[in-house]
Amino acid sequence: MTNARTLSRTLMGAAAVLTLSGGVLQAQAPELPAAPQGAPQGAPQDSGALRVKVQGTLTDAQKNDPALDAATSAVAAQLRCPVCQGVAVQDSPSELAQQMRMVVKEQLAAGKSPDEVKAYFVSKYGEWILLEPQAHGFNLVVYALPVLLVLGGAVFLVFIVRKWTAAGPAAARAAPSGEND
Amino acid sequence: MNWKRASIAAATAAPVIGLFAWGLTRDPNSIPSPLPGREAPAFTLQVFAPGQGELSRPVGDSVRLTDLRGKVVVLNFWASWCLACRDEHSALSDVAQSYAGQPVQFLGVLYNDVPDKGTAWIAEMGGQSYPSVDDPGARVAIDYGLYGVPETFFLDATGRVAYKHTGPVTPRVLRYKVDSLMAAARQAAAAPAAPAADTGANTKAGKVQ
Repeated sequence: MTNARTLSRTLMGAAAVLTLSGGVLQAQAPELPAAPQGAPQGAPQDSGALRVKVQGTLTDAQKNDPALDAATSAVAAQLRCPVCQGVAVQDSPSELAQQMRMVVKEQLAAGKSPDEVKAYFVSKYGEWILLEPQAHGFNLVVYALPVLLVLGGAVFLVFIVRKWTAAGPAAARAAPSGEND
Repeated sequence: MNWKRASIAAATAAPVIGLFAWGLTRDPNSIPSPLPGREAPAFTLQVFAPGQGELSRPVGDSVRLTDLRGKVVVLNFWASWCLACRDEHSALSDVAQSYAGQPVQFLGVLYNDVPDKGTAWIAEMGGQSYPSVDDPGARVAIDYGLYGVPETFFLDATGRVAYKHTGPVTPRVLRYKVDSLMAAARQAAAAPAAPAADTGANTKAGKVQ
């Protein structure tokens, strides 16, 4: 009996851990070569002739525009750095993340909405690139499971407390923890 | 033993264990690319390493992807700091050489590196038969959804991404992919009304690796 209870407690704990680590089921970044040594930092963005998606480079005003920087940070914080483990593009010092932030900034400066910029990265890297899974399909498990567990826990508590109190104060004194029922 | 409790516990455990078991069947390192089947992102990049002989292009030449329509394109992203790129270097260079004169374009794209180091690396590896272009700011790499190097993209003659290979590529995969894409292009040319056979080639080739 005690074993069954311990088991069920363990399982509740396991379920909670599962909920907290919902993202574990999502693919992690692959093992990748180390960051390049001695590659130019931030230098390449001025090579306008070689641009692919966004034709215009940033103007000086845009480079120092705090509103644009804030918008860039907001989008970059929602994107997963491909060469890191569970780190946002905004928080990663890696070269690729820096370049991705520059792409985000240029696309925002070119008039794209944050959603359009995110859609661009999803079209290149798949939904994996979004740190927060979109609420549809199997992803709903991540959103629904915690709610279901909290509700289940509440129901469980109601039942167990009723059971304890129904036994009466005398029985409760005899078996205060309910371990001997 | 309380059978009611035990069965509740088992009923709780089953989905959790099932979910973990399912998670174990997934390779956390394999991230499917959404690109295969779609049109390859266009680019114009400048040659920094010319290649050799028949396959060479002058340094500074602009390579436009749209100009390569009608050819099978093998796009290999690499860097001089990438160790795995050393493993595939001779495979790529030799196979590219063996397709000289055929409608196939091999192209190296330098990823997060400086051209000088790339040129030195090519010299150290004993030369490369096909040209390499520089990708400043990794714009094209991001456009192709690159995770790291080496990654190799196979584009069909219509300019669509047919297949993406992550990690060092082998001569067998290279030949199989290039042959099947050339065959598909010939088929499409022979029967213009028929839809391109790239999807079939794609699934078949997936088993080769």
